[in-house]
Amino acid sequence: MAVELKMPALSPTMEEGKLARWLVKEGDEVRSGDIIAEIETDKATMEFEAVDEGRIGKLLVPEGAENVKVGTVIAMIEGEGESPAQPAEAPASAGDQGSAAEEQPAAQLQASESEAPKGKADSGTAQLASAAKPATDPALQPGSNMKSVTVREALRDAMAEEMRRDERVFVMGEEVAEYHGAYKVTQGLLEEFGPRRVIDTPITEYGFAGIGTGAAMGGLRPIVEFMTFNFAMQAIDHIINSAAKTNYMSGGQMRCPVVFRGPNGAAARVGAQHSQNYAPWYASVPGLVVIAPYDASDAKGLLKAAIRSEDPVVFLENELVYGRSFELPELDDHVLPIGKARVVREGRDVTIVSYSIGVGVALEAAGLLAAEGIEAEVLDLRTLRPLDRQAILDSLARTNRMVVAEEGFPVCSIASEVIAICMEQGFDDLDAPVLRVCNEDVPLPYAANLEKAALIDVARVVAAVKQVCYR
Amino acid sequence: MAKPAKSRTATEKAPAAPRKPRAKAPPKAPAQEPALPDNIVEPEGDFRLHSLQESHGKDRRASLGKDELLKLYEQMLLIRRFEEKAGQLYGLGLIGGFCHLYIGQEAVAVGLQSALEVGKDSVITGYRDHGHMLAYGIDPKVIMAELTGRESGISRGKGGSMHMFSVEHKFYGGHGIVGAQVPLGAGLAFAHKYREDGGVCVAYFGDGAANQGQVYESFNMASLWKLPIIFVIENNGYAMGTAVRRGSAETDFYRRGTAFRIPGMDVNGMDVLEVRQAAEIALDFVRGGNGPVLMEMNTYRYRGHSMSDPAKYRSREEVQEMREKHDPIERAKNELVAMGVAEEALKEVDKRIRAVVNEAADFAENSPEPPPAELYTDVLVERY
Repeated sequence: MAVELKMPALSPTMEEGKLARWLVKEGDEVRSGDIIAEIETDKATMEFEAVDEGRIGKLLVPEGAENVKVGTVIAMIEGEGESPAQPAEAPASAGDQGSAAEEQPAAQLQASESEAPKGKADSGTAQLASAAKPATDPALQPGSNMKSVTVREALRDAMAEEMRRDERVFVMGEEVAEYHGAYKVTQGLLEEFGPRRVIDTPITEYGFAGIGTGAAMGGLRPIVEFMTFNFAMQAIDHIINSAAKTNYMSGGQMRCPVVFRGPNGAAARVGAQHSQNYAPWYASVPGLVVIAPYDASDAKGLLKAAIRSEDPVVFLENELVYGRSFELPELDDHVLPIGKARVVREGRDVTIVSYSIGVGVALEAAGLLAAEGIEAEVLDLRTLRPLDRQAILDSLARTNRMVVAEEGFPVCSIASEVIAICMEQGFDDLDAPVLRVCNEDVPLPYAANLEKAALIDVARVVAAVKQVCYR
Repeated sequence: MAKPAKSRTATEKAPAAPRKPRAKAPPKAPAQEPALPDNIVEPEGDFRLHSLQESHGKDRRASLGKDELLKLYEQMLLIRRFEEKAGQLYGLGLIGGFCHLYIGQEAVAVGLQSALEVGKDSVITGYRDHGHMLAYGIDPKVIMAELTGRESGISRGKGGSMHMFSVEHKFYGGHGIVGAQVPLGAGLAFAHKYREDGGVCVAYFGDGAANQGQVYESFNMASLWKLPIIFVIENNGYAMGTAVRRGSAETDFYRRGTAFRIPGMDVNGMDVLEVRQAAEIALDFVRGGNGPVLMEMNTYRYRGHSMSDPAKYRSREEVQEMREKHDPIERAKNELVAMGVAEEALKEVDKRIRAVVNEAADFAENSPEPPPAELYTDVLVERY
């Protein structure tokens, strides 16, 4: 019986990958454990081993093919004495499938889910996907040459540029150097800056967060990477008690210019302990700056600003957004102001406020709403502390209706804060109560269907917008 | 009780092993350990954990001249009188919150910090911080004014007893979370090494903090990266109200770096000259690029953990014995007299120090409270 070899899922977030190299050719005998191919995931190049024994039949995806969707049949293995087998269904050409998935809006992805689960079980995070792009930042110089860059590259470039500019800047964390970053964000930094400035730490968050904080007190500019912010819980004492309070407690004498950065928020199918948005936690602490960018331009411009800031900064990235590409201006020094929200889509009927990965969901929702005659403005908060209250109130004054979309728990959330601001300072501008669309108020479950039910999605944002518009 | 009375195995040991040629080190030796300073005896085998203790055992006390010892005496006396005054002002309601006095432990800060270079070497400690600040030459007036929560306090009245800093002196606090200063100190040491400025960080913590996990995370990285840091455990016998033996499985704290290849030193923290000698041995080792040293300073606090602690967990007799038989200031005084310093001269010193402390107290009482606008300043450095 012929066996189909399918593109494997080799990381929690992997939806597709590149078939970097075939290590077998048609007709080769393989045994369990033989390495068949090298596959490049969103994080690393992995070896793909045979599980079944037999002879390699047809290689269905050519070497070098990119965007091969997980579950695509890439080759056939024939049992003993079998004739060359054909796959049960002809796979679409790899490239086509990949780009199709990328351009498919989240809502459609969801609609087609019943056909999907042949390959990888669809994660709830698929509904956080977004193809809609933010409008170009009006703050950028008009006529800037734009280039498509992933958020991952933008972050890396921000660090590299600041390290070239300021000898005091260094990066430390788990696997940041020789492994090139658990999420490849620090790729290439070790090669350029060497082990003195790109420092692998043991798995000891409390300790190295304290060392980074102390180094900042001692006059350096540390970038402390947490593999994810879930692990920063071990270190939160230093972020809050040591870093955030130093300047105040010393009467302005002792500064602590450290950046704590890393992925935050839900990842795909990793369960409750690895899936949490800590933005409201840090944003509640005076003495911290908290930034949570969405697109590549903001990721780069705000990380550079964070590294230059004299204040301790918590810089919340999102693993699911690392691989997304956005237009980034080609400027010598792309630095953006901290503390300023940005209108990423204009609209007159209602405002959707969001930040981080929620911005993509909000933009998707705005696209669907436009088709129904509702023009939604989307406001990306970008900085969560200090929060740009004026931008929230200005947008409310324009549209008189507001929904907050947040990939995080609803209770004591950023959404709660935005709503409080509208109540206290924008009450006369409100034509309807502000609604929030957040994750369900439960630890994030593992099962794919429950994960879907727990996370925000476009449909919920659309429904909330219609509600505040009385439609 | 009283650790200072415990047996001192190091002094009883046979003479230290002769220096061994490096090439004969067993194969387990870590690659390329830097050469030891000349005054350090190379131990048996590859493991140098006892080397400093052995060197210290050979010659426990610094031999300082009359003038130098007099300086240390003055500093200890300043801390004693300052803390007594702080206790008094607390009783009058002029100092609020927690106030942890350093009385009894003066020889530790003074002996150690007299071996440091102010402005080059950094110091960081926990909440019992007044003594370490005074020992680093920080003005008693602004410390006392911070205790009373006044505008002229070193933290403009916004830090209080536990949160004081002087970046100018490289004194980095003053930290209220037990043990937090240990990784922060390792970070300061990291900065010294990164900048190659030749500085060493001294990070103080207590026998209570020595049981915090982050201390060992710091030991590991400090040793792994050979950071220039001296970890100083001030073992005053009690973690708040918990006697060392009730809270610690290993009560010989100087051994606690062993698992991280950090050499330990067991030091009588009630003798300023012994502390000073140990500090010099440790500093030589650390400045030589050999990585951290762990010092256990066996000491005693005469007062409660804080002002509100009735100290019912120990007997009056125990405290009395330490005061009478082991007091570091009395000891230095007796030595000065033996060296030929006139009693009259010592009385003059005492008078002068009382005047300095009274002046600090007056300053602290008469300074205005911070203006209300100070509430909102210094939350962030920049405006966004």
